[in-house]
Parts: sequence; C-alpha cells; structure tokens
Amino acid sequence: MTNIALELVNITKKFAHAETNSVTGVSLTINEGDFVTILGTSGSGKTTLLKMVNRIYESTSGDIFFYGENIKKLKVEDYRRKIGYVIQQIGLFPHMTVEQNIATVPKILHWNKEKINARVDELLKLVGLGDEHYKKRYPKQLSGGQQQRIGLARAMAADPQLMLMDEPFGAIDAITRQNLQDELINIQKKLNKTILFVTHDINEAFKLGDKIIIMDKGEVQQFDTPYNILFHPANDFVKQLIETENIINRLKVLRVENFVQPLTQPTKLADGVIHNDKFLDDVLAKFFETGKKRLVVIDDQEEPIGEISWDQFIQLKKIQDNVVRLDVQKKNIRRVNDHD
Amino acid sequence: MIMTNSIADFFNYFGEYHDDLLIMVAQHLQIVLTVLAISIIIAVPLSLVLYQSQLLSSIVLAILGALYAIPSLAFFAILIPICGLGMPTAVTVLVVYVQFILVRNTLAGFKSVDASILEAGRGMGLSKLQLFVKVQLPLALPSLLGGLRLAVIATIGMTTIAASIGAGGLGTLLFDGLRMDYAVKIVWGTVLAFLLSWAANRILLIFERRSLKKSRGELKTAIRN
Ligand SMILES: Nc1ncnc2c1ncn2[C@@H]1O[C@H](COP(=O)(O)OP(=O)(O)OP(=O)(O)O)[C@@H](O)[C@H]1O
Ligand SMILES: [Mg+2]
Repeated sequence: MTNIALELVNITKKFAHAETNSVTGVSLTINEGDFVTILGTSGSGKTTLLKMVNRIYESTSGDIFFYGENIKKLKVEDYRRKIGYVIQQIGLFPHMTVEQNIATVPKILHWNKEKINARVDELLKLVGLGDEHYKKRYPKQLSGGQQQRIGLARAMAADPQLMLMDEPFGAIDAITRQNLQDELINIQKKLNKTILFVTHDINEAFKLGDKIIIMDKGEVQQFDTPYNILFHPANDFVKQLIETENIINRLKVLRVENFVQPLTQPTKLADGVIHNDKFLDDVLAKFFETGKKRLVVIDDQEEPIGEISWDQFIQLKKIQDNVVRLDVQKKNIRRVNDHD
Repeated sequence: MIMTNSIADFFNYFGEYHDDLLIMVAQHLQIVLTVLAISIIIAVPLSLVLYQSQLLSSIVLAILGALYAIPSLAFFAILIPICGLGMPTAVTVLVVYVQFILVRNTLAGFKSVDASILEAGRGMGLSKLQLFVKVQLPLALPSLLGGLRLAVIATIGMTTIAASIGAGGLGTLLFDGLRMDYAVKIVWGTVLAFLLSWAANRILLIFERRSLKKSRGELKTAIRN
C-alpha cells in the first residue's frame, strides 16, 4: 500500500504587485518514498512551488494536502517540524557549532540529551562527517561542501517524513557534487524519505529523480518517470529540453531495474553480472569489458533477479515497449497489493 | 607653589568628602542604569517592530534623530513645567536621547542577519519567539552592544547636566564648583565622570568583542584537540 505523502490541487501563486503568476494551476500527487526532482530554467517557478509546500509562501489559490490533511489547517510550526528544508544558501546558524545546528529542532521538540547526542552522531556519520572533531566546529571552519552536508544533516535531524531541497548542490564543484548526489541516493534508499529536490541541472534531475517535474513559465510541463520523459515527452518544450542530451547521456539516466527481463537460462558462475541500481551506460561498459552477450542482473542481496541482453540493448525501441509492458504489470501487482 | 597647593587641595578634598563623592558616584550610576534599563526595554521591541517596515523605520528614526539634536539643557527646560524638577525629568529626557543611538544600532543589527539564515530557521519550524531568542538576538547582539556602549558614554556625560535640574550625581560637583568658583570640585567632577566613562567603555568593549566573535563563529574554544 503506497501512501500519498503530498497532494497539490490547482496551486497558483501571484506575488503582490507582480504582473503575472509565478506558479499557475499546479496539480500533482507525490507518493511516500518518491524521490521527485523539479527541473526548469531560471525563473520557471521551482523555488516558489517548493516554498508553498512548507508555507514560507502562502499559495494565492489551491490546496495542498500533507498525508490527507490540508496544510492550511495545521499549526504552521508543527507542520514545518515534520519537513526537512535545505535551502540553496545553506543558511547554517553561524553562531552555533555543527552539533548545535543539527540539534536545533530536536531541542525544541524537547528530546533528552542522550537522544540528541546519539542522533547528532548518527547523522554526522550518515553525511560522511563522522569524525568527532567536526561536532565542535563552527560553520565558518568548514568547506562549502561540508557546510552543505551539515545543512542536510540538520534538515534530517527530527527524522522528517518529507524533505524539501532547493538546489542544495548548486555551488559545489563537480566531483564533490557527484559524491553528495550518490550519498543522497543512498540515504534516500536507506531511509525511504519522500524528497522534493529542485535543480536546473538536467543530469542531476535525471540521476536523482524517480520522477521528474518539468516546469516552464510557472506551469508543470510534464510530471513523469525519467524514462517516460525521454521516450514520451509530453510537448515540444520537453522535447527540446531532452534533445540536448546525446545517447550516452540518455543511457546514464536509465536504471537497469527498469529493463530487467526474466532469466532465459540458469545462472552460471562465469556469467557477467550487473547490479540492478546501476545505469544503462554501466551496462554498455560491462558488455565491452566482459565481451558477453548477456548479463545477469542482481539485487542488493546479490541474488539474480533477471537478465539484460545485448540484443535487447541495441534495440532501444524494443526495450521501450517491453518496459511499458513491465510497467503495466508492476502497476497491476501494486493494485492487487493495495487491496489487501 | 600654587600648583602644588592645588594638588594638595585636590587630595585633601577627597580625604574630607570621600563619602559625599561616593554617594554622588552612586547617584550618577543609579541614573545611568535606570536610563539604560528603561531604554533597552523600549528600544529592542521598537527596533523589532521597525524591522518589519522600511517606511516606518525611516519615519521613526528621523523623529528620534530630531529629538537627539535638541540641546539637553533646552530639553530639560521644556520638560520642567510638565514633569517638574529632579530625577524623573532627567531620566525621561535621557531615555528619549538614548533611543536614537540604541534603536539605530539595534535595527542595523537585525538587518545584518542574513535572510537565508532566517528562512532556514522559519523553515525548520522555529516560532517567532524561538527565532528571536536563538537566532536574531545573538546575531544582532554585537551591534546592539555597540549601541549600548555609545549610549552609556553619552548618558554618563549628559547625566552631569541633569544636575542642573536637581537630579543629583556628579554634575552637582560641577555646578557647585562653578557657582562657588571652586576649581577642586570641578576637577573632581570631571575626573570621576571621565573614569566612569572610561571604565564603562572598557567593560562593554569586552562583551561587544566577545559577542562579535561568537556571532561569527570565531570563538577559539570551539575546536578541542
Ligand atoms: N518574493 C517574490 N516577489 C515577487 N516575485 C517573485 C518573488 N519570488 C519569485 N518571484 C518571481 O516568480 C518567478 C519564479 O521565481 P522562482 O524563484 O520560483 O524561480 P526558480 O525557478 O526558482 O528560478 P531559479 O532557478 O533562478 O532559482 C520569477 O519570475 C520571479 O521573478
Ligand atoms: Mg530558485
């Protein structure tokens, strides 16, 4: 049974004195555990949309439901404490140590000292700054990337159900950025958070998102899986946006798990294997590396769950059709599960 | 000869009247502290209100600036018919004066807090009060204390003038000395007022610097090992 974490119904925002809407008629449903990226050019309304979710901005019209409750009816502070918020400018409190920054929300929730300390240690480890001495540092004594990690840790402190992230890796060099992206994917997998993540980097949006919201001029152009956006763009805007991507870049954003076929023969020790959370460019590399025509797909427990073949691979069109069929099957399975 | 005489007189005066001098210092401090306590209680909330509105803050600061420009003696004279002679009148006038210095600095302090820091605080669910106590106040504190230091020095100086309307304090020495043409009193009044200002300045400067380091996250004790 999948819960609906967030539902936006016809959300519009027009700032006072502005001539046009910044966001117009956005309706969408986000399931619990979804990692949703919001992609769009500068000024397309990404930040405005995000800030209406935690009521930093009030929507001009429309309603937002958080686990079924209209957020206008909730006490705004209580509601925000259930949401982790990471802003582009990081916004760490400069007069507080790393530890104090992270402990801010747990403290106002009156957690006891041991619990707070344990939580701080846990989070620092999670974001890769587990070394004891980081705790007592002030934000100024950290690099930009480290500050960004602390911002992430602080946002997760009270174990929020929903995370809102506004271009959190915007100001970070490419390598550190990739590391942080990978870590975020790991964290999301481990903790099954629902994440709304704003970016204007198309690669980032495709790499991170299970689903992508594409925005232009304050309107949602398409809200779909990376696969569907690449192969079934909803309109010319989306088409143009993805046309800038070459074939290799497209492979980079397609996850193996979407292309797994049933095993055609028993697995052998000599088989080439590929992990199901890898991407199709990794598959391509593996084909070249091993010289095999067939790779066995394994899951987290290293159990074989299917295969992916060279023949299937070179006919993307065919893959596409199969995946669509698989998608339908998955949905049917989900529906069956939903009923019990 | 006259010189050494005067110096001897100066110290003899202390020997004879040190109790009176101490009482006057105490009176002076009492006025200064009363003025500051009332002023801060007014200035901090006022600054917070003004922080919400650019228009309001420029109007109020213009008014406070104009009041600050009135010579203190004239101000006392205006208020005597309303409040009478003595300490309450003096305190009222000084509170009004000090508002300009305190509000301007406190407001500057609040404005210096980065908008993204406040947004982060609001976004994580801090209430207005929590945001004020945990974030805005500590970050505005250096500027606030800077204003306080200037205000203290100005108040110590202006309080001497308040003696002219019978408020007491070290100004009494100055005005008595002038009336009686007795230089030793004037010198004692001047020296003590100067010492008070100097000490207040030194002490407040310590707090101000500390709060500045704290607000910037530069306290040395931060990193162990
Ligand atoms: N506080 C505000 N007052 C008035 N207009 C605003 C405000 N904030 C944003 N806008 C306008 O709303 C539109 C959308 O802005 P928004 O910040 O949501 O864009 P964005 O997609 O986040 O862009 P970027 O990638 O540059 O951050 C822009 O035209 C902007 O000028
Ligand atoms: Mg933005």
